[in-house]
Amino acid sequence: MTDKPELDGHSGVFTTGHEWDGIRELNTPLPKWWLYINYISIIWAIIYCIFMPSWPGLPGMGYFKGLRHHSERANVAVALDKLQAARAANAQSLTSVSLDQVENDPDLLTFAMAAGRSAFGDNCATCHGSNGIGSIGFPALNDDVWLWGGNLDEIKQTITYGIRSGHDEAHFSQMPAFGRDELLSVSEISDLTELVLAMGGSDHDQSAATRATVNFDEQCSICHAEDGTGDRYQGAPNLIDSEWLYGGSRRAITETITNSRFGIMPTWEQRLQPWTIDSLAVYVHSLGGGE
Amino acid sequence: MEKSMPRKGMGLDVLTLAVVLIVLSVLGLLWSAGTQDPLLQIHTWIMTGAFVLGLIALAMKGFAGLDNDQSRYNEGIIKAGIIATMFWGIVGFLVGVIIAFQLAFPALNIEGIGWLNFGRLRPIHTSAVIFAFGGNALMVTSFYVVQRTNRARLAGGVWTWFVFWGYQLFILLAASGYIMGVTQSREYAEPEWYVDIWLTVVWVSYLLVFLGTLMKRKQAHIYVANWFYLAFIVTVAMLHIVNNLAMPVTLYGIKSYSAFSGVQDALTQWWYGHNAVGFFLTAGFLGIMYYFVPKRAERPIYSYRLSIIHFWALIFTYIWAGPHHLHYTALPEWTQTLGMVFSIVLWMPSWGGMINGLMTLSGAWDKLRTDPVMRMLVVSVAFYGMSTFEGPVMAIRSVNSLSHYTDWTIGHVHSGTLGWVGFVTFGAIYCLVPWVWKRKRLYSNDMVEWHFWIATIGIVFYITSMWVSGIMQGLMWRAYNSFGFLEYSFVETVEAMHPYYIIRATGGLLYLTGALIMAYNIWRTIRGDVRKVESVPEAEPLAAAIPAE
Repeated sequence: MTDKPELDGHSGVFTTGHEWDGIRELNTPLPKWWLYINYISIIWAIIYCIFMPSWPGLPGMGYFKGLRHHSERANVAVALDKLQAARAANAQSLTSVSLDQVENDPDLLTFAMAAGRSAFGDNCATCHGSNGIGSIGFPALNDDVWLWGGNLDEIKQTITYGIRSGHDEAHFSQMPAFGRDELLSVSEISDLTELVLAMGGSDHDQSAATRATVNFDEQCSICHAEDGTGDRYQGAPNLIDSEWLYGGSRRAITETITNSRFGIMPTWEQRLQPWTIDSLAVYVHSLGGGE
Repeated sequence: MEKSMPRKGMGLDVLTLAVVLIVLSVLGLLWSAGTQDPLLQIHTWIMTGAFVLGLIALAMKGFAGLDNDQSRYNEGIIKAGIIATMFWGIVGFLVGVIIAFQLAFPALNIEGIGWLNFGRLRPIHTSAVIFAFGGNALMVTSFYVVQRTNRARLAGGVWTWFVFWGYQLFILLAASGYIMGVTQSREYAEPEWYVDIWLTVVWVSYLLVFLGTLMKRKQAHIYVANWFYLAFIVTVAMLHIVNNLAMPVTLYGIKSYSAFSGVQDALTQWWYGHNAVGFFLTAGFLGIMYYFVPKRAERPIYSYRLSIIHFWALIFTYIWAGPHHLHYTALPEWTQTLGMVFSIVLWMPSWGGMINGLMTLSGAWDKLRTDPVMRMLVVSVAFYGMSTFEGPVMAIRSVNSLSHYTDWTIGHVHSGTLGWVGFVTFGAIYCLVPWVWKRKRLYSNDMVEWHFWIATIGIVFYITSMWVSGIMQGLMWRAYNSFGFLEYSFVETVEAMHPYYIIRATGGLLYLTGALIMAYNIWRTIRGDVRKVESVPEAEPLAAAIPAE
């Protein structure tokens, strides 16, 4: 171990004289650019702290607000107020005219579509898919099939109160669980499944379907209608249009008859502004199948 | 070094450890008998099993007279640490690749195997790479460096093995807990209260072994690498204890509640989280850099003064920067400002390490061409410089309003971890293996070249895809139409990320491939093989290959 500084041939700088496991250190001064940028960043930090809120106060004093009295919280409040003010006129006229009138007013329609598209993406697309393409258990909104009605006012009513949501005004209906509640035997359900497949135009066992006609008339036709076209008043699906909310396979239909389904859509009355719900109704109506 | 005879029979270290392990085994048995919690039951079994195994191992080795020859360095622990580092590295990278593909293809979160979904695997990835891979790398290199630069055998005798195996037990408890759903939901501090207590015991033992070795030193001065290691060990102990202050619901259950709530809780968590980056992934790994770069380059450290100034500046400044993780939250605005300005002031102190690392190469730049291990170490320092510039930029509040919660943050973290932490560790291990196993050279320098290039391309894939997707995400989130309505729904922004997530996962796969090549290369080196046909010329004979005593 040497304690005497030595001149390093390559750099022309002396070492410190220390050595650890063969490692020595040069006594190079601090790089000037490094030192000055470091000073500048510290000076900048102090200046920034003078202008911006930057220091806690003693209890009861509040914090040091800085010369600029900058507050992100206040900035957001101002920005939101500005936004509300800019939208106020359109929102006001949306709720004061009928939805049909909205569709005939180009300016109002543009606003409602913009608002509706945005609100749909944030609130509805999770279940109904982007642009309302739907998925198993969640109806497509871009086709002609409507369970509870597809005109503007009907759509608005569904959005506002929901389906089986618990709201007093919500759509409500309940199909019996024919298997679980032992209203029909396993073989009767199997026969009925074949009949439903037949009604939808799928491959089926004709003799089983024929055996099920009595049960269909007694148990199913009250809601789904004798010809299977369904009943919108009860949200009973059309069984002959080969559109299936829970899938049209033998297995899915057996499951529906055995255990029933109880799809729920929430009420949006409390969560969305009336003009947002109006916009959503207009947007959904425009997706493809509005009546 | 002073002469001393190899020890016969039991020393005080063996005796104390035996007593501690007996007590722990009994306590473990009682605990497992008392608990009704099935998850805690599994963990008490693992712990009791580990204590009993430790006792058996101690009995088999200890009574035969454990090697504690004070005239020689403890290299057994170094060998074990290298293997553990490599093993956990590959586990961590593999889980990272799996979760990256799960993000790109959500169907890979297989229904019915909930414990393998993204939510359970993600903390396994982060803990495995930071604490298992990074932690073992820091322990093993610190044990090597503190012995060599102080010319003293590790203090504590057999307790060094307690530190090593105790730490592996901590990793096992943490990882198995995450899979089973045992978590306190604090990022990078997920393990529950009893695992935290265990880590505290292990960590304090680690500190004592390190300090004890420093106190035995035969050098007048303490080398800079050891300052960084010591700062890392002490600060991590403080961070770990404060952030994990919690009250268990019952001593026989896994659940606990934090001592903090609300915004204080958030600030404590990010004081911890940010300094886990600062002191674990920065200070600790600077310790590695300060030993292995000058050693490999065979050049003196560029500037002693810079090392002092940037050490203290880094240590002082880092600890205040945490609030930049909580911009635009309920955190008081003055606290956000302080977090931001300290992050900016931190820029030059961080770069001090980069300057000292890179400039030490002056006079040996040719080694970048001839020695792939040297190149790996230097590129790691370059990535360190890049991410310690990017960090302060992202801490600026208005930049943060774009970058926060986006993939940009993920990219930033990975340029630091894959580039800096990963590469400096790989470089150190490539140096260490021939040194401690007394081999003339690595099995293959060509394979180091392949590792270097495959991993570098992997990092470039990773960070560029995350820059693009992160900035795109931020811009899509803040895009408004003329009426002030959001232009994109959240799910549309997720959809837009898909191609970048595939690129990112591919980058991770490349990085993992590089690590597998390295593991093979190291395994062959340990076996004593030398690859015959090599296109990369052999590096200079290494001074340290000759035992230092």
